[in-house]
Amino acid sequence: MIKPLKNFTGLVAPLDRPNVDTDQIIPKQFLKAVVRSGLAKGLFYDWRNQPDSQFVLNQPRFEKATILVARANFGCGSSREHAVWALADFGFKAVIAPSFADIFKNNCLKNGILTIILKPAETDAIFEAIKVHQDYRLAVDLPAQKVTDEFGWSAHFEIDPFPKRCLLEGLDDIALTLMQDEKIKAHESNHPVPYKF
Amino acid sequence: MAAQTLFEKIWNSHVVHEAPGEPALLYIDLHLIHEVTSPQAFEGLALDGRKVRRPERTFATLDHNVPTTDRSLPITDPDSKLQIDMMRKNCRDFGVRLFDLGEVEQGIVHVIGPELGLSQPGMTIVCGDSHTATHGAMGALAFGIGTSEVEHVLATQCLWQARPKTMEIRVDGKLGLGVTAKDIILGIIGRITTDGGTGYVIEYRGSAIEALSMEERMTVCNMSIEGGARAGMIAADRKTVDYLRGRRYLPSGAQFDRLAAQWLTYRTDEGAKFDRSIAFDAAAIAPQVTWGTNPGMVTEVTSKVPDPSSYADATSRRAVELALEYMGLAPGTPITDVKVDRVFIGSCTNARVSDLQAAAAIVKGRRVAATVHAMVVPGSQLVKNEAEKLGLDRVFKEAGFEWREAGCSMCLGMNPDILKPGERCASTSNRNFEGRQGKGGRTHLVSPIMAAAAAVAGHFVDVRDWASR
Repeated sequence: MIKPLKNFTGLVAPLDRPNVDTDQIIPKQFLKAVVRSGLAKGLFYDWRNQPDSQFVLNQPRFEKATILVARANFGCGSSREHAVWALADFGFKAVIAPSFADIFKNNCLKNGILTIILKPAETDAIFEAIKVHQDYRLAVDLPAQKVTDEFGWSAHFEIDPFPKRCLLEGLDDIALTLMQDEKIKAHESNHPVPYKF
Repeated sequence: MAAQTLFEKIWNSHVVHEAPGEPALLYIDLHLIHEVTSPQAFEGLALDGRKVRRPERTFATLDHNVPTTDRSLPITDPDSKLQIDMMRKNCRDFGVRLFDLGEVEQGIVHVIGPELGLSQPGMTIVCGDSHTATHGAMGALAFGIGTSEVEHVLATQCLWQARPKTMEIRVDGKLGLGVTAKDIILGIIGRITTDGGTGYVIEYRGSAIEALSMEERMTVCNMSIEGGARAGMIAADRKTVDYLRGRRYLPSGAQFDRLAAQWLTYRTDEGAKFDRSIAFDAAAIAPQVTWGTNPGMVTEVTSKVPDPSSYADATSRRAVELALEYMGLAPGTPITDVKVDRVFIGSCTNARVSDLQAAAAIVKGRRVAATVHAMVVPGSQLVKNEAEKLGLDRVFKEAGFEWREAGCSMCLGMNPDILKPGERCASTSNRNFEGRQGKGGRTHLVSPIMAAAAAVAGHFVDVRDWASR
């Protein structure tokens, strides 16, 4: 069950590494959770907890970030949805990157976190802007599919209409599917279970 | 009827509902579950008062959290025990068959599916685990899903999926002696990199692929996700039928023959088109060793640790620098100079009987180096039993390996099998991410025979020099 995603403006935190895998986003010891909540403490655990860690989320200026900007292939590796729950528990509402791994992207959309795909030059511009401006923020407009800053810069992003609608309306996947129950039953009656018990 | 690929045949025969601008609603033939990615899914069902729609198409195992030592003892880690107990309770409450510890069918989820005859050609198969692609070796469309999707499949036996693109990867020619299926897939990922397959389903074709045994095909398909592809498949043929004949959950006689005839129709037609095609020469593939912190950071055993300055763009250069720093490797070091502290032969990639046989042949009559701690973890109880009948356990133990119970073990340190910081491991698993096998642990992915040879030598060696002995 997800809440409808409304337009919002958020502080942006930069994660300047490509191929960030979900083992880094949430290490295995946090997969022992049996609920979806309370995983913020595991977010980027190893990077945050190295001695003298300069990791972005340890810096006070990024503590209240709600948007993460990253590099290519963000969220690759393990399918663990715990990675998304940890990001959400920390407070992130959107991740911006030139590309996302498939399973991670799907998991985000199922949990009301918006995956914003921008061109590499556009994500470069955001990384640069964060270096220059202390509290760099972006306004996310999902209906218009746009991100805008307060200095006149904006970028358009693509998103498939179905996940967009689900995010905007907070639609429950399972209820949507069960509207097709007759078709599911028809398929099942034509396809017997191929096992001998 | 237009020529169709294997993927299209399976996809088209499983679409239950579809509308323009929407993903397709696919029927799921087989749903495999394990204890780590299911608790929140069952909780969701219970909260909404829903049942599992098709318990007869749902099978569970315990693999990630289980210790690989004496399982008659109670589980010591309280969080592991909680997940295991929850799995048992959920399966009881929802009527799902669980292959529990102590049962002969228990094992790593992607090992037991095919060996029990559950994973069949032409099926759609999902599991809350990215290595679900393994079952693609049976000629099925198999992919990993997240926990919310697990809940959805439990409730509806269906999944919303945007249609992926298709990629043909051909491997033709003859693999050299001492070169294995693991080297094929590592070589492929080295070329296409960890996002080369994103958005695609891969079909592996060509004479070298067809020559692989079923277990070797599973190794190749298993690591499709490391190249970014959700699914990787190899079409069913007579080897597939022969592999499945007599398996636990399959009928026999005329019923089996009828199923087999249907399975063999799931092949790519002559003239069918893929969105992308890449070709490899099997004879050109050498034994592979990963040096970095993702499976794409890989090279031939005869080569050296790369120099970051040889990378053209700044982001790649920095990524390599960080990887080498984490792995404690100097640029230009010959791979064969890299010493190992631990060797792990196991995981859903390479823990089947043929993997263990190949590794045992390397270590027979030899000893694990004094500086190395080595272990073998069979992929399932059935694998363990067969390996013991063949005397493989004795070969490994006499050589100085530990011989364990079945589970995911050191592939990802969620159970007691874990690397200490700085320990370097030659591993037959599928991921070398930072901290994967234990915080600060340094993972090098290799084939079973390369791992076996490294255990004896105490450092990486070109196993081709040994394979002929």
